[in-house]
Amino acid sequence: MGSDPLFSHGVTLAVILIVILKVVVAFAVLLVSVLLMIWFERKVLSDMQNRIGPNRAGPFGILQTLADGMKLFFKEDLVPESADRAVFKLAPYLSVIPAFLVFAIVPVGGIVHIFGHTTELQVADPPMGILFLLVMSSISVYGVTLAGWGSGSKYPLLGSVRATAQMISYEAAMGLSIAAVVLISGSLSTRGIVISQAGTFLGFIPKWNLVRLGVVPFFIFLAAVTAEMNRPPFDLVEAESELVGGFHTEYSSLRFALFFLAEFMNTVTMSAVIVTLFFGGASGPDIVGPSWIWPIVWFLVKTGVFLYFYVWVRAALPRLRYDQLMTLGWKVLIPVSLAWFLVIAGMQVSSYLGFAIFVVVLVLAGFLSRATQIGNLSDRYRLGRNRSVGAKGVE
Amino acid sequence: MTELLATQIALPDLITFLVAGCAVILGALGVVLMRNPVHSALSMIMTLFAVAILFIEQDAQFLAAVQVIVYAGAIVVLFLFVIMLLGVDKKEPFGKDPLRGQRPLAFLAVLIIFVEILALSRGNWATGAKSTVLSTSSPINNVEQLARTIFTTYLLPFEATSVLLIIAVVGAVVLVRRSEDKATSTEGNVEVEAESEIK
Repeated sequence: MGSDPLFSHGVTLAVILIVILKVVVAFAVLLVSVLLMIWFERKVLSDMQNRIGPNRAGPFGILQTLADGMKLFFKEDLVPESADRAVFKLAPYLSVIPAFLVFAIVPVGGIVHIFGHTTELQVADPPMGILFLLVMSSISVYGVTLAGWGSGSKYPLLGSVRATAQMISYEAAMGLSIAAVVLISGSLSTRGIVISQAGTFLGFIPKWNLVRLGVVPFFIFLAAVTAEMNRPPFDLVEAESELVGGFHTEYSSLRFALFFLAEFMNTVTMSAVIVTLFFGGASGPDIVGPSWIWPIVWFLVKTGVFLYFYVWVRAALPRLRYDQLMTLGWKVLIPVSLAWFLVIAGMQVSSYLGFAIFVVVLVLAGFLSRATQIGNLSDRYRLGRNRSVGAKGVE
Repeated sequence: MTELLATQIALPDLITFLVAGCAVILGALGVVLMRNPVHSALSMIMTLFAVAILFIEQDAQFLAAVQVIVYAGAIVVLFLFVIMLLGVDKKEPFGKDPLRGQRPLAFLAVLIIFVEILALSRGNWATGAKSTVLSTSSPINNVEQLARTIFTTYLLPFEATSVLLIIAVVGAVVLVRRSEDKATSTEGNVEVEAESEIK
């Protein structure tokens, strides 16, 4: 599996045991982080809304999620009469398994020596690397789609049709911003992407992809990933005021718990992926003590910032309307990421800074003039149409 | 057959190949035999995914990723989307064929293709053994090899394909916009809204 030094001396029993250990640890860490994330989200949200939030189970209510999980576990498991039973039962697993698997490619630390073997602190480092994220996100579309359809009920179906359109639309923008990262890193492997971000500009600005790519691909990726996870402000999939509970209206008990788990696991994993792609992953200065522990600490700190960011966004921003969502996805994010991709490609080809700036100016000027042209055209088009329709008011 | 198994294939490769191969065949049968179109689409995903596993087993990682992203992730999702949107989720009647003599002809075609495959393979059986065309021990990895091939040897076909795809996209946009104009001039705004929702 890729460039992990663990496999360089052949596969022995010890190597297999280390791989199993890594899988179990990653699984446990992800589950515990979900427990904490749900508690954290509820606590921070209630702080932002002047409430107290969960405070009964355990210190600061930290065991609230565990209590909720046990309640869901013992509730009655309903399957609606009009549901397609096989699809209804399959759907939660199609959501939750990709959410687990994506975490496997995230490098959570540096290289460690364990039981006489050297290994990378990530479950798998396949050559296709970051493409695995796209693979899994395209599989997880089915979880939502089939949950809505299999329920055999109106609101879940509407929710899942929305979800499908939304997730396919934003997958394109996500892929293009990842392409920009891959272009400048020269590697698909997540470990390679992290390594390419080592070093600093002028001695103090870290050479993160955030800086190297300009901030544009980062914001595109952030928006696309948020839409991909169906988190606020892109949570039209489960808009309570319009669709009851969206695609999981008919789900109860453990199956509902699986959807819930998948959503929060995705939040944790995607924060980790953002850190990997744009913020240097598990890199940072060693301060004191053993050197293997600091990358993990930096990774956790950076990921924590994004976890807080997601909660903050949820409390602060209203939900988008469907047409706003589609306009943002197709008319803003995709054209901008394509244009920016061109800029970065130009900068990669030109080895002198002067030429790079020349390319930037040229491409941006062309882009802007074309944009104004299109703007003028569509204005004229709209005026013409209004005249022909008559006094029907504004479009 | 036994000596093939003994010489070339490691046991994990063989197991992967057998499991994925069975999944491919079961999925393919499911596409044809399932009564419900959604179940057929799901079987198709199973086949596509299992083919991706076979690619990985052959060390063609990039191809596997693209297989899932493009086919399972985009094309079959669109199938499902259309099935859901149009509500053709009822069981199809199997009594009557739209064309007369359709079934015997289909069987004949399948037979011809089967014989053709047998004739073409001529003793080269699919066993899950690693391909020897691209050496897996070379220093540059699979993705890089693929990129070099596409952007040097096969550059012209690659560019031609991309131009073809752009023509298709532009054509689709032109068709949609034309019908929108027509709808505006005759029917008013209701139809336009319906169309832009489908888009």
